[in-house]
Amino acid sequence: MTYLRRRLGLFLVTLWAALTINFALPRLMPGNEAQAVLATLHGVNPAALHALEIEFGVNVHQNIILTYLQYLGNCFTGQLGVDHYGIPVVTALLQALPWTLGLVGIATVLAFLIGTLVGILTAWRRGGRMDAFLPPLLFIVSSFPIFFMGLVLILIFGVMLNWLPIGGNYSLDATPSLSLPFIGDVITHAILPGATLVVVTAGLWIFSMRNNMITTLAEDYVKMGRAKGLAPWRIMLDYAARNAILPNLTGFAMQLGFVLGGAILVEYTFSYPGLGYLFYTSTTLHDLPMMQGLFLFYTMAVLVCVLAADLVTALVDPRTRDA
Amino acid sequence: MAIPAIGSNSALGGAGVSAPNTSARVRFLRTLFSSKKATAGLVIILVISFVAAFPGLLTHDDPNAAIYGIEQGPSLQHLLGTTLVGQDVFCQLIYGTRLTLVIVVVVSVIATLLSMIIGITAAYLGGLADRGLSLLTDIFLIIPTLPLLIVLAFYLPSGASTMILVLCLTSWAFQARQLRSQGLSLRSRDFLASARVRGERPLYIILVEIVPTMTSLLAASFLGVAVYVVGFAAGLQFLGLGNSSELTWGTLLYQAQANDALVSGNVWWELSPGLAVALLGAGFALLNYAFDEIGNPALRPARRRRDRSAS
Repeated sequence: MTYLRRRLGLFLVTLWAALTINFALPRLMPGNEAQAVLATLHGVNPAALHALEIEFGVNVHQNIILTYLQYLGNCFTGQLGVDHYGIPVVTALLQALPWTLGLVGIATVLAFLIGTLVGILTAWRRGGRMDAFLPPLLFIVSSFPIFFMGLVLILIFGVMLNWLPIGGNYSLDATPSLSLPFIGDVITHAILPGATLVVVTAGLWIFSMRNNMITTLAEDYVKMGRAKGLAPWRIMLDYAARNAILPNLTGFAMQLGFVLGGAILVEYTFSYPGLGYLFYTSTTLHDLPMMQGLFLFYTMAVLVCVLAADLVTALVDPRTRDA
Repeated sequence: MAIPAIGSNSALGGAGVSAPNTSARVRFLRTLFSSKKATAGLVIILVISFVAAFPGLLTHDDPNAAIYGIEQGPSLQHLLGTTLVGQDVFCQLIYGTRLTLVIVVVVSVIATLLSMIIGITAAYLGGLADRGLSLLTDIFLIIPTLPLLIVLAFYLPSGASTMILVLCLTSWAFQARQLRSQGLSLRSRDFLASARVRGERPLYIILVEIVPTMTSLLAASFLGVAVYVVGFAAGLQFLGLGNSSELTWGTLLYQAQANDALVSGNVWWELSPGLAVALLGAGFALLNYAFDEIGNPALRPARRRRDRSAS
């Protein structure tokens, strides 16, 4: 259990680091932009305004340590202030969340499944036709900037062929409902941004899964399986792939930070109104509370996933428990 | 946006730890250049470096002069057309190469040095120093990079120096962890024990005894960081967090995107800087891939292994 206790410690320290970055940055900023930003907020709930004053160090005439403690307290009770339009940051975040969760969640699971499967097959048929061109091709594609992939897809399927919509989450004239046409509309709008994420991240899983498989296939227990005359697919899946996939499971959570970062760029490229697009608009509108709230939220999301992956790893792999 | 492969560089131990003797290094370089991937990557990087060094040889225009027709398509006069205010896109692309490459190379060098200092120091000193430095590394690995970059770049004055600063701060952690585990495997070697017995200071041992044994690993770290930085720098500038008055591929992309170049039919204005960024990223990635194959012979293409056993 020391393993999990240590990981929980890391969770808390990282969260504290992110909170401290949020507290320190506005104070290091040249000039007092925070004051100007807060001055534009009128008719805001006084408690929310006070929370922001503490966060940005405006109109606070007390010991900075006391302010810091008050700020930490506010964050733990979910008081992140209000955004540019006077809406509580947490409310605005929760409104955009489902769009990002749907887009990134489905794309990531798809990329993981496709990548892992192709990785298994290319390693199994080493030097085969598929192995000769898929891994290098996808490796190069995954080194492309993610937004460039998005731009190419927009150009081909949106502008040239005019098959798919290239912006927004649903048509402007559609009314949100649980009807089939509306759900279809939402799905068509998600295809291009989703495909961008899948194409770029799948290469990554292929690459690492193939490397793990090649190492695992050289193990004695795989030879033993062959000697016993087991069916090839059983050796491939039950003997090799099952062991090769372990590092990928832990990698899944660590990669989430990169996938979320990529999704910010994809949402911006496609004007897809999720958290990433909100992040972009918060910088152009100088909406400091929103921007810092988002940074905190992204860090939390990654932390929760890393902790969940640690738990799963501890359950699946007994070796980590006493490490 | 570059995403690091999980397995990348992890297997470089074999190439990295060879004692610095000449024949091993020659063999390493020979293997590197016999690889098609490495050659392709090197050619890409060299061509881009040439353009960065001598932009005046390739175009005679002034990149900022808005003196041409507005939003013209590609023609012989303007190979990639013109922008919304009548600047030559090809010329901007050529002159934007230098700052783009400088940011990537400077950040990659500094971040590699940072990861070397932090990773090897942690491994060599052990104990409390190792715990502290590893914790710092883990924190930077977990905090999502692009959100952190956005917040940092927002608060600092926009420009190339801010770009370099924030990218250095955020791109050392992955390689530091790799170098730490490499350093750990070295700790019990005899040549380090003898240096300790001679009474050398830790700084001397780290810089003179440990670092030279890791040159190829450091080169691989540099390439790994560079692949990231190409994507992150362009991504940040694409989001409008660069300084538009400084000409880079990323700021070009931002201007094109802000003016809906793709949809309005001025395709090359937006596509060409994107393609250039992708090419630079692919160049570093190909070299990195080749390094990985050298470090871990099991990953090399199957065909070549057969050739070798036949000869």
